[in-house]
This record gives sequence, structure tokens and C-alpha cells, in this order.
Amino acid sequence: MSIAITTQIICFTVLSLVILVGALGVVLLESIVYSAFLLGGVFMSVAGLYLLLNASFVAAAQVLVYVGAVNVLIIFAIMLVNKKEDLKPINDIKSRRIISTSICLTLLSLLIRVDLTNVWSLSSPQNSIGEESTIRIGEHLFSDYLLPFEVASVLLLMAMIGAIVLARRDVMSNDISTGLPVDQELIEKSSEPLLTNKN
Amino acid sequence: MMHLESIPIQAFLIVSSALFCIGIWGLLNSRNAVRVLMSIELMLNAVNINLMTFSSYIDNNLIQGQVFTIFVITVAAAEAAVGLAILLSLYRNRVTVDMESFNLLKW
Repeated sequence: MSIAITTQIICFTVLSLVILVGALGVVLLESIVYSAFLLGGVFMSVAGLYLLLNASFVAAAQVLVYVGAVNVLIIFAIMLVNKKEDLKPINDIKSRRIISTSICLTLLSLLIRVDLTNVWSLSSPQNSIGEESTIRIGEHLFSDYLLPFEVASVLLLMAMIGAIVLARRDVMSNDISTGLPVDQELIEKSSEPLLTNKN
Repeated sequence: MMHLESIPIQAFLIVSSALFCIGIWGLLNSRNAVRVLMSIELMLNAVNINLMTFSSYIDNNLIQGQVFTIFVITVAAAEAAVGLAILLSLYRNRVTVDMESFNLLKW
């Protein structure tokens, strides 16, 4: 990378702060809408980290897929299920918080210890291919990673069909029990929720 | 002040560890189902940062980590789509997104 080391450190510090504070905001803020927009900021900062790591193609993919698709999808879901509801209080919420926080802190300390004590066998930066990484990714995708690439396309197709089937309202061409054609109304109908009283 | 040639690998790894733990905390403590999905996305991003860091610092000639990151991004997109569809279906049946009320499988 041709950027001076001081600039790199400044960029890294700012991006890491945005990532960590944004992630804390995502899990801690009351309003779910603020969380969604903060999540977009976190995704953008992660793309910035990828740029620092000499990976322009993955950074672009990150921005396109995460910010452009996943985040928009999450905001749409929030819009569709956005109902003010008073959550029932849980009795043992305190002990749950304490246990989960201690588990997370223990895991964090363990991971940081591994990060700091392990001796990484770093390769020399002279081997770095830098800006050629996009070419190299293309070569990988069409030679030794060809099968996962094709399987990923099938996975995306299945996910698309599955999402449509799961999220649509039940409109079938034939009644299941009688076989008679039914009214094809694709308009949103108000239907009784099936399981509300079973608690 | 010590002279650095590049950012140490440990800095990236610590950021990704912290992001992963924040994701786990959110996963365990959120009551809104949408926030649970967001926490999963945070954890996947932490994993991606890890893969990219190792690809850049240890395997910077073959960059197989970047290819894996592309696949993880693909799977994450599929997961988000299906997860949110399941969420909509759940909301239609129970009229709530509170995680505590999805207890039909509790024994």
C-alpha cells in the first residue's frame, strides 16, 4: 500500500472506533431504526478496513451487498413489523444479563489473549500483489473455487425462492382439500393470526 | 517511538474479536427479532475481517481469504433474506417480534 504509515494508523483508528461504537449502538439503542442505520455505518467502516487491507474488490462487494441489499432489507423488515408493543418483563433478567455479559467478556479476553500471544508467521510484504487482487480473485473463482462458486449460485436461487414462499400470503391456484380453483386476489387481506392466544 | 512498517496484525484481530463478542452479546440479549438478525450480521462481519486480515498478512500472494470472504458475503445475503422472510411469517402468525414469545418448541 502506498499510503504513509501515519495516515494508515489514523484511518485504522477512526474506522475501528466507528465499528466498535456503532456495533455497541446496534445492540444497545432503544430504537430499532437507529440501530439499523448504525448498522449501515458499521458496514461502511468495515469496507474501509478492507480498503486498508488492499482489497478493493471485496470492499466494493461489501458496500454493494451489505449496505445496498442487507441493510435495506432490514429496514424494510423493520417497517413491516414496526408495532409499538409493551414487552412483558422477564423475572430473571438481571441474572441473564450478568451471565451473558460475563460469558462475552470471558470469550473476548480469551480471543485477545490468543491474538496477542500467538506468534503469527507473517509473509514478507514484498510478495504482496496489491492492486492485482481483483484479477487473482477472478482466477480463483474460475479455477480451484469453481465448484463452490456454482454451488453459491444455486444457494442464492434457493434462498430467493424460499424467501418468496415464506413471506407471501397464502394464495394458491387450487384449494388443497377440494381441488377447486380459488379466488386469485393478490391484495393484502386481513387474516386472523393463527397462534396468538396459545401462550 | 517505535518505527512501524505497517499496522500490526494484532490490531485488526482485536477489532474483529471485539466486534464478534458484541455480536454474541446482542444475540443473547435482544428481545426484538430484527435486532437478533442484525447481531448475526455483526458476527459475520467480524469473521470477514478476520479472514481478510489473514489473507493480507499471511497469504498475501494467493489471497484465498478474500475468495472465502466473497462466499461468506454471499451466504450472509441469502441468510438475511430467508431470516427476514421467516420473521415476517412469524409476525403474521403471532403479531409480535418479541423473542420471548416464540416458545412453541420449548419442552
